Amino acid sequence: MIVNFNVNGESRVANVAGSESLLQVLREELGLPGSKNACEQGECGSCSVVLDGAVVTSCLVMAADCEGSEIATVEGIGSERELHAVQQALVDHGAVQCGFCTPGFVVTAAHLFEENPHPGTDEIKEALSGNICRCTGYGAILRSLEALAEETT
Amino acid sequence: MTTSPTTRTRIRGGVGESPQRPDAIPKVTGNFAYASDLHADGMLWAATLRSPYARARITKLDTAPALTVGGVVAVITQQDVPGRRGFGMHVPDQPVLADGECNYWGEPIAVVAASDLETAKRGVAAIVIEYEVLEPLTDMEEADAADSQTRRMKVRRGDSEATGAVVVEGYYEVGQQDQAPLGNEAGLAIPDGEGGVDLYAVSQWVHSDHWQIYPCLDLEPEQVRCHPVGMGGAFGSREDVSMHIHLCMLALRTGRPVKMSFDRAESFVAHVHRHPARMWYRHEADTDGKLVKVQARLILDGGAYESSSNAVIGNAGYFAVGPYLCDNVFVDAVAVKTNNPPAGAMRGFGGVQTAFGHEAQMDRLADELGIDRLEMRRRNALGHGDPMSSSGQIIEGSLPTAQLIDELATMPLPEPLASDDPRHLPGGTGLTTERGQVRRGVGYGVTIKNLAFSEGFDDYSDARIAISSVGVEVYTAAAEVGQGMVTIIQQLVRDVLQMEQVAVVWSDTSVIGSAGSTSASRQTQMTGGATYQCAVELRQQILDEFAGDDLSTEGVWRDGDLIATLAEVCSGGMCEHEIRYRHPETFPTDENSQGNAHPAFAAAAHRAVVDVDPELGLVRVVQLDTVQDVGKILNPVAAVGQIEGGTLQGVGMAVLEELVVDKGVIKNPNFTDYLLPTFLDAPHVEVRFVEEPERWGPLGAKGIGEPPTISAGPAVAAAIRDATGRDLHRVPILPQHIAGV
Repeated sequence: MIVNFNVNGESRVANVAGSESLLQVLREELGLPGSKNACEQGECGSCSVVLDGAVVTSCLVMAADCEGSEIATVEGIGSERELHAVQQALVDHGAVQCGFCTPGFVVTAAHLFEENPHPGTDEIKEALSGNICRCTGYGAILRSLEALAEETT
Repeated sequence: MTTSPTTRTRIRGGVGESPQRPDAIPKVTGNFAYASDLHADGMLWAATLRSPYARARITKLDTAPALTVGGVVAVITQQDVPGRRGFGMHVPDQPVLADGECNYWGEPIAVVAASDLETAKRGVAAIVIEYEVLEPLTDMEEADAADSQTRRMKVRRGDSEATGAVVVEGYYEVGQQDQAPLGNEAGLAIPDGEGGVDLYAVSQWVHSDHWQIYPCLDLEPEQVRCHPVGMGGAFGSREDVSMHIHLCMLALRTGRPVKMSFDRAESFVAHVHRHPARMWYRHEADTDGKLVKVQARLILDGGAYESSSNAVIGNAGYFAVGPYLCDNVFVDAVAVKTNNPPAGAMRGFGGVQTAFGHEAQMDRLADELGIDRLEMRRRNALGHGDPMSSSGQIIEGSLPTAQLIDELATMPLPEPLASDDPRHLPGGTGLTTERGQVRRGVGYGVTIKNLAFSEGFDDYSDARIAISSVGVEVYTAAAEVGQGMVTIIQQLVRDVLQMEQVAVVWSDTSVIGSAGSTSASRQTQMTGGATYQCAVELRQQILDEFAGDDLSTEGVWRDGDLIATLAEVCSGGMCEHEIRYRHPETFPTDENSQGNAHPAFAAAAHRAVVDVDPELGLVRVVQLDTVQDVGKILNPVAAVGQIEGGTLQGVGMAVLEELVVDKGVIKNPNFTDYLLPTFLDAPHVEVRFVEEPERWGPLGAKGIGEPPTISAGPAVAAAIRDATGRDLHRVPILPQHIAGV
């Protein structure tokens, strides 16, 4: 079946057999491999995208249900030449190791800061508690986002 | 007319700074290519038929029906292996595909290549297979009794009749931990059209893969090229070959690129895990708290194939006492072979298991003697010049165990629990626990790890450096799994050559020799050492050639004058150099495990503070303070990142993570049931370093990846014992253990 949706501000069309997840369609059909396939069970947040204004794990969303939706993936948040403030903060504080979880953290944290530009420590931890990082122990991620939250804008 | 510069450009990003990783921006933007993102035109996807039994004989295997599924291109079984029938890091004891029998749940039997992954899975489902199910051997003590082992090790040192004034005995169990890197196994094999193949697959050591793969393919070494790829973590899980030979066979069979990308469930069965352990300890000490004698019996379950079990049990035996002096040590250690999932490398590698035992024993002795638990460790601390308690090896390098303990004692404790915010209480927003119910505990873990490979292994790293007028290129096959080694190499080479533009070129097995494994905390010292030494020698060659006294981005200097520009220097053709770097020689030990088995050691110390709801058994790990023996800090931010991350893996092992294996079957191969620490589980971690340079390696730096994972877990376990008064002899410590139900 044909599904029409908007991804990162562009109209896209996907041809899905029926059971594909949004993650599969983004990665394998639309050429957007930034969203990662780590658990495909909604537990780790590596595939986080913003779907119609809410952060979701795209592995648990049926692509066929996304007709008419607005989707933002990591590819739509900043670019290598012009990083989003969250991306810059993660880079500056050494919060990236293997990086497999990083796109999910970027999507979730960018959404958090959009809703609340000055989150406290507990709010950062809660907002990102659905994103698992196996490398950093979360310390550098927390320091980067705390620093960003303290910046006046 | 050109003007010669008169001052050298000050370079940025050298040793001691924390420069930005070259892969940081690609990773935050989603542009970094991991193995699972690889694509080649016309590629096929492959899927694997795996054993549904822990032990079975295959009585019928008919792959022909798979080939009738539209889109299926090829099926391979063990009968199709052209060369050597098995593989393995140390001995090739594992068949490429099941050879008439299945020895563990999930063992690969056949692999199907098809136009897409779903079709490949349909092909797998179409294979006709029948089994005679056999009783699996899954209990490690039964395996030991049945003499089913891969290595039996005994340590005999000192006087077996020696006795101390106090004696404590304990039995300890360690559950099976999974590395659970966020990126699953993935790879792509591309036939070269001339009978050879290029493999791009997850690996901590491409040359080890290469040495295992080409004999199975019956090809010449140069016909197989293993390429480093982007990896989402490793922690030991990528030391062993998994899909590698299968991909190469299918690519050669079909003449097309073939890709595999495991999902989490398959990843859990396709890589080795940490060895579960059972340990019996008897410690004797004099009234001053000095260890007099340690006896231990250790069993580690290696599962169905050897993998690195024999090195793991070696570590367990050598480090059974921890970083402590003791003249009389008697250890019987065995790695058994069962029908459980194969166990192999994971961060800490044998020392993790025994650390839970020896640290619990040190607390028991301290309590028995009425000595402060940290002071007990201080009185026995092992250091430079001392003999290892197990092997008797004199520690010729640095080992500032006592300084770590002294520094840890100065670190401030967290404030007492004063918050009623549920986010700060055990059970969190589950609203299970009120502040008045909470008991706080404090515990310590002090541990030791060997650095680099041991027991006479010919351990080396090859590196090549080429200087051109546009910058420096460093060639190495060392695997960057996320730890930041590429940045460390850049920093070291910048420092030596005084040139800022340093690119690390990931090189396949045809371009350069082995860098050895990204494991055993060895790459900072080994490939860092290789690249540093290579840069030093190259610099000297250039200076000798031009009779200069300094080198920089500008060129060669003499007495403060630039005497040759870099372009002039590089036109002479001497701007490339390659070396093979080795650490001090080690030796196999004798039948009593006495001798010089290890090139270097590192210690780490943790203090854990936990809050426990004893009624419900809920734990909140509040804070971990740690001091680590790092030799010299090359990159402070990266070092803290390694230590924080390693610490949290230790925390996970202490209170959350366990692969539940029942009669050989993994019951929780997913992130819903295998619990990893989240942001809310992560304690605050304070990190301090003790810098006492190692005798070898770049500028005295030591590997730092593994030590924190070893000491963090025992500290957490001790803190929970302290809070609850319970013995808690098994990790992970679960709510039912604390609540006593």
